[in-house]
Amino acid sequence: MSVAATPKVDAIVADFPILARPTSRGKRLVYLDSAATSQKPRAVIQALVDYYEQYNANIHRGVYEIAARATTEYERARVKLARFVGAQTSEIVWVRNTTEAINLVAYSWGSSNLRAGDALLLTELEHHSDLVPWQLLAQRTGAELRFIPVDDRGVLVLDDLDRLLEGCKLVAIAHVSNTLGTIAPLETIIPRAHAAGAVVLVDGAQGAPHLPVDVKALDADFYTFSGHKMLGPTGIGVLYGKHDLLAAMPPFVTGGDMIRRVEYAHTTFNDPPRKFEAGTSNIADAIAFGVAAEYLQAIGMEWVREHERILTGYALGRLAEFEPRGLAIYGPRDPALVSGVISFNFADVHAHDLASILDTEGVCVRAGHHCTMPLMDKMGWAATARASFYIYNSEADVDALCSGIEKAARVFGV
Amino acid sequence: MDDFYRDYILDHYRNPRNFGTLERSDAQAEDLNPLCGDEIRMQLKLDDGVVEDVRFSGKGCAISQASASMLTEMVKGMKLADVAKLSKDAVLENVGIGISPTRMKCAMLGLRVLKSAAIGELAGWPDEE
Ligand SMILES: Cc1ncc(COP(=O)(O)O)c(C=O)c1O
Repeated sequence: MSVAATPKVDAIVADFPILARPTSRGKRLVYLDSAATSQKPRAVIQALVDYYEQYNANIHRGVYEIAARATTEYERARVKLARFVGAQTSEIVWVRNTTEAINLVAYSWGSSNLRAGDALLLTELEHHSDLVPWQLLAQRTGAELRFIPVDDRGVLVLDDLDRLLEGCKLVAIAHVSNTLGTIAPLETIIPRAHAAGAVVLVDGAQGAPHLPVDVKALDADFYTFSGHKMLGPTGIGVLYGKHDLLAAMPPFVTGGDMIRRVEYAHTTFNDPPRKFEAGTSNIADAIAFGVAAEYLQAIGMEWVREHERILTGYALGRLAEFEPRGLAIYGPRDPALVSGVISFNFADVHAHDLASILDTEGVCVRAGHHCTMPLMDKMGWAATARASFYIYNSEADVDALCSGIEKAARVFGV
Repeated sequence: MDDFYRDYILDHYRNPRNFGTLERSDAQAEDLNPLCGDEIRMQLKLDDGVVEDVRFSGKGCAISQASASMLTEMVKGMKLADVAKLSKDAVLENVGIGISPTRMKCAMLGLRVLKSAAIGELAGWPDEE
């Protein structure tokens, strides 16, 4: 079955206004950079317009009609996101993005739970967003940073996991690597981390958009993700945290809205999630994020995963045709192990030059270190080109990528 | 952009001129473009304020490496004071047309490093002792 060519994809493409706009060179836009940020369907864009045109008002305080509607829609969006990942509504904290969610946990949970001599366990695949906050936490507390190693295909090596977990208070791990697309074996790691007494944060920036996620089945303690990578607007994301953990954590940013009662010298805080939502929230974007989650649920996350698995398999096959001319594919070659991301290099054409040539054909790919500099150093790659897929991509997009690589071969005389 | 990759650019990319390191140099600097990881180091050998020899090393895309290579050819025999005053246009004239704004940083990396070596030398780096 060729899911990637079904009428379903055509119907999805028709929902994305940007995909109908040719580039300045008159090419069809072939968007293969959804791991950086996804495109937005009309329904999400319309939700932003509706809020600003029909009921723009601050939330949680106004008594008048449009303020009540804004509050209702904002809190309904929280319910939608809770359903999307299988959480309780009170466990969904609105943040700006994954980066902010991880920083919130590193400061709030980290500073009150970590002491000198404790260990933090990450993996060698982490995005800078799931590395730098822990480095700083380790420096502040005197805790030790450890890393689960990867093999030369970017697959996590768990042989030493139990030793790495000794004395470990927190494990932070990407659900899916943004550089190689590898899916972490969370069902193995999380129970063993818990058995060792560690709390587990899953960086779901590339997980929630592409895989069915049930935080209760995973038993993740924290799960973080960004709206903009899953059809929603920029500037809104989610920190999921188990209720008891959130309740015990001190606030991160403080001020209005996160309080219960304030006296001149003393304040009692609101309950989670609002304890962590100081100041006027990103109301419009939260509401539109709710619409994005609904859109994905209507398509079905099982379908999303299957579509990307098939498309990745097709792309791996097409790219392999260039291997005799020096194309190198990084990461596992098995579409069952990766989620819609392929990193590669072509002969001596630098990834940036390749991306520039592809751009002239309307093909958008990412080139560089993908915010995983330590991984690139370890692997000895200066830069890679990365194609990443989503629901609106089809085999025709992969074919356009390959025609673009042909063009690069001509230009560079490969 | 594709018309930027002319034969002489690719030639400089694949056969960079003055590539390598000097065992002893009078001025040097290095920098990287943190967005894409391109790196360039420039070393100058001076004779009475004139660039007698130059070497560059580093790695990166065709645009950053070719423009650095062409720059080294341009500055040999030039007064250090003139190197310090080189403008963006001098590089663009050298490299040719058609650099897109997103790639301008790549094209200018060599110039930035070279000028910082020259300006640093003219101003006198702080004594490290
Ligand atoms: C795995 C991973 N973690 C974290 C992030 C950071 O996401 P954001 O920039 O939305 O905070 C990204 C985004 O590229 C990512 O891919």
